[in-house]
Amino acid sequence: MSDAQAKATDLYAIRRARAVPRASIEMTVNGARHLVSVRPYDVLLDVLRERLNLTGTRRGCDMGTCGCCTVLMDGRPVLSCLTLALEADGAAVRTVEGLATGEGLHPVQDAFVRHGASQCGFCTPGFIMTAVDLLEKSPDPGDDAIRAAIAGNMCRCTGYVTIIEAIKDAAAVLRTRGSMVRR
Amino acid sequence: MSAVGKPTPLIDARAKVTGQGVYTDDIKLPGMLTGKILRSPLPYARIVSIDKSRAEAMPGVRAVVTGRETEVRFGVLPVSRDETAMAVDRVRYIGDCVAGVAADDEEIALDALKRIDVTYEPLPPILTIDEALKPTDLPIHDKTVGGTNVQKAVDQNFGDVEDAFDQSAFVERHQFQFAPVTHAFTEPHCVIAHFDHDGRLTVWSATQVPHYLHRALSEVMQMDMHRIRVIRPMVGGAFGGKSDPFPHEMIAALLSRHTKRPVKILFDREEVFITNHGRHPTRTSMAMGVSKEGLITGLDLKALIDGGAWGSFGVVTTYYNGVLCMGPYRINNFRYSGKRVYTNKSPSGAMRGHGAVNSRFAMEVLADMLAADVGMDPIDFRLKNLLPPMTKTVNEFRITSNGTRECLERVREASGWKEQHGRLPYGEGLGVACGFYISGSALPIHWTKTPQSTVHLKIDSDGGITVHSLAAEIGQGSDTMLAQCVAEPLGVRLDRIRVLTSDSDTAPIDLGSYSSRVTFMAGNAARLAAEQIRTDLIAAASALTGYQTEGFVLQNEKVIYAPDPTVSVTFMDALQEAIKGKGALIARGCYASAPPMGGKFKGAAAGLSPSYTFQAYAARVSVDPETGFVRVRKVWAAHDCGRALNPIAVVGQIQGCVHMGLGQALTEDFRYHRGSILNANLLDYRTLPPDQMPDVEVIVVESQDPEGPFGAKEAGEGPILPVAPAVANAIYDAVGIRMKELPMSPDRILSELQRHPRPQQPSAPAATKKGSRTPAKVRS
Repeated sequence: MSDAQAKATDLYAIRRARAVPRASIEMTVNGARHLVSVRPYDVLLDVLRERLNLTGTRRGCDMGTCGCCTVLMDGRPVLSCLTLALEADGAAVRTVEGLATGEGLHPVQDAFVRHGASQCGFCTPGFIMTAVDLLEKSPDPGDDAIRAAIAGNMCRCTGYVTIIEAIKDAAAVLRTRGSMVRR
Repeated sequence: MSAVGKPTPLIDARAKVTGQGVYTDDIKLPGMLTGKILRSPLPYARIVSIDKSRAEAMPGVRAVVTGRETEVRFGVLPVSRDETAMAVDRVRYIGDCVAGVAADDEEIALDALKRIDVTYEPLPPILTIDEALKPTDLPIHDKTVGGTNVQKAVDQNFGDVEDAFDQSAFVERHQFQFAPVTHAFTEPHCVIAHFDHDGRLTVWSATQVPHYLHRALSEVMQMDMHRIRVIRPMVGGAFGGKSDPFPHEMIAALLSRHTKRPVKILFDREEVFITNHGRHPTRTSMAMGVSKEGLITGLDLKALIDGGAWGSFGVVTTYYNGVLCMGPYRINNFRYSGKRVYTNKSPSGAMRGHGAVNSRFAMEVLADMLAADVGMDPIDFRLKNLLPPMTKTVNEFRITSNGTRECLERVREASGWKEQHGRLPYGEGLGVACGFYISGSALPIHWTKTPQSTVHLKIDSDGGITVHSLAAEIGQGSDTMLAQCVAEPLGVRLDRIRVLTSDSDTAPIDLGSYSSRVTFMAGNAARLAAEQIRTDLIAAASALTGYQTEGFVLQNEKVIYAPDPTVSVTFMDALQEAIKGKGALIARGCYASAPPMGGKFKGAAAGLSPSYTFQAYAARVSVDPETGFVRVRKVWAAHDCGRALNPIAVVGQIQGCVHMGLGQALTEDFRYHRGSILNANLLDYRTLPPDQMPDVEVIVVESQDPEGPFGAKEAGEGPILPVAPAVANAIYDAVGIRMKELPMSPDRILSELQRHPRPQQPSAPAATKKGSRTPAKVRS
């Protein structure tokens, strides 16, 4: 056996050893049920982007520092890059793809468009999910509450000014509609 | 006017808020492999050997490439082609590319990197500017000045600055220091390359300069440009950080040539930080003189600029540190000595306000000091020294539209300057600063006959208007701007227009989104193309109605005979008539800066622009003398953009500039230890968080540029310039300390406060602060 073959054989052994157990998780994403087989270390972000092709949830840092991957899980915002897929077993997950309906944009999305709160757009889905969660829990948040809510989301284009304006505007729209959606 | 000047949500905003927009990492292609890059762990070392056989033997590894693959050099500037796809003989910074792997999945690729055996012979690294200035046996690159690591030295001299200083009432000479800062865009670099079995290469990349990438790929891959197609998907922020052709783009192409399969390389956040290309760390020594009447007599400037491992845009940076001080004030005596050095650190490059930000800080702080020396109000002092519109600077910049005066006056009014400056209690302050920036570089990087911007239009019988351009939409709203510039002459609704700017196969060449050039250049090209179509439509309306062509105007989707508005033809009817017998209407518009422009001396081209923008900002701050913490309460930001084609985009650019400028002013700072960045992540590298972002009152000044499209100039970069110095001047107004080092972090504020403690009689703060100034004539 040549050296190279020996190394290759060795590597096959390593790969076999690395073959980790998988578990099936069941979760609801934007109202649809999914059964996904995951490894213990897979994170929710990978499942959403790579397995379910929900690429609206963005990968900005993989370490919980930018907030671009924010989704709602069982009614609270989570950083999907730091959430193990196994933690999502049995959970209801909402992503940016679940907001707009056949009738149009969600009021938060619409306000982001009108206020220019989305420039490059990469952080936008994370901000929108954070804002949707905030407004579902607190229909009339003040400036400080909005700033506190988005503290975990980073934007490099807007300086947050138009984002805060858009969230306030969306809150007003939602209040006048009197139809705070609680899914 | 129907489209231009109207606040217009970005035409791609709906794709962005729904998550349906496609960025490079969202693209999945059949058979796509994952690429990873092995990076140097040493700041400077000779590569003794690379053994990739263990990696190549791994199942699932499809290709491994090293510096042996190609030694072709590339770089964004033809004068400093000093990069290779991967290190050939030496590694030059921690993070330098050593090898690339393409594998079936990420895990295998990462494992394979560990099985590439590299033997290094460490070399003594050059980590500071001072070390880099000394002669050395082995400069980091072969082309340097006099055996040192100085990459570029610039010396310019206009008038006689020594003589001017001798005749000055006051001269202030001070040293300034600027930490490295980086773009911190949210989307990490990502590229997909596919070298197919037809021998064609397609590259999708998050780039703001697809054309320069196209050229560099052609050189490195030794392929004709027409066999390469560059596609720019949506780009998640750039700010100059995606304006070089990059090694990872070359590596992906090389890996794909070996495998004939698409290869995607996505950076992790640490890779984004260590490959950097951010603002140059700089040491600046600046002297400015003033006559007793309060006129600036001269400016003497030395800048030492740390370029890191590569040339990048550095030659331009070196010039810009000097020449972009030539406005907005009249300076008749000017001396500049700039040196950019190579060091074994992450490469510096172009970042918003390229080359101008650090010198501007020094200049605006000195302007404040000189105003105090001669007993003038800082705004009055600035007003007294302004360049007028339609003039030339001493280094022969052609100044056309110039709204600085209005910027200053409106900021004075809005900020309550007269009531507040110098009159606030201790710890509270108000400061002012101006800015000056190019609106596109008049001379392109490559000496070719290709216009800087070309735009194609196509209108077929369906009534849809397609705009083809390679101007890169990077979030600044350039696609929307192009649509507006086309809609305006044609008098049509924006939703008729589809803007296609991402594909080099269909778009004519545009040099890309850097140097704040797109609105001025691509906007003009789009307008000109649309005006040709307008001529066709008017001819058709004339034929249909029998009226002469001269009287027709296009508005509200109609071609109207102005002398008798009851005579009109709908846009669609005119279009069908125009198309009759010849098919879709097509038109081409282009922009090329008209020579001659500028002087004949060496370096005269640097900083030349068809137009310049001007800014004046005021900042209101609170300084906590206990903690040294600076809180910016409000910024009044007046920017002369010529004409705001899209006020939403202009205001957004200014707000973003305020945020980024405040980051550099207060919190952002790369920290190195032995060539390694200690804070290469978004938690330890602090951009200004939302709860510290002040109110921003944007004041858009429209000076109506004679050559800009519909009077417009840039708004993306100039607005960052006054931010940090306005804050510094406000800190002085608050607590009487002159900050000369960025960022103005609490530790630095406290140490300055220890040297200049609060004056004894706090009951009359304004008076004591004035009294603490000692306007002695300074010589050095």
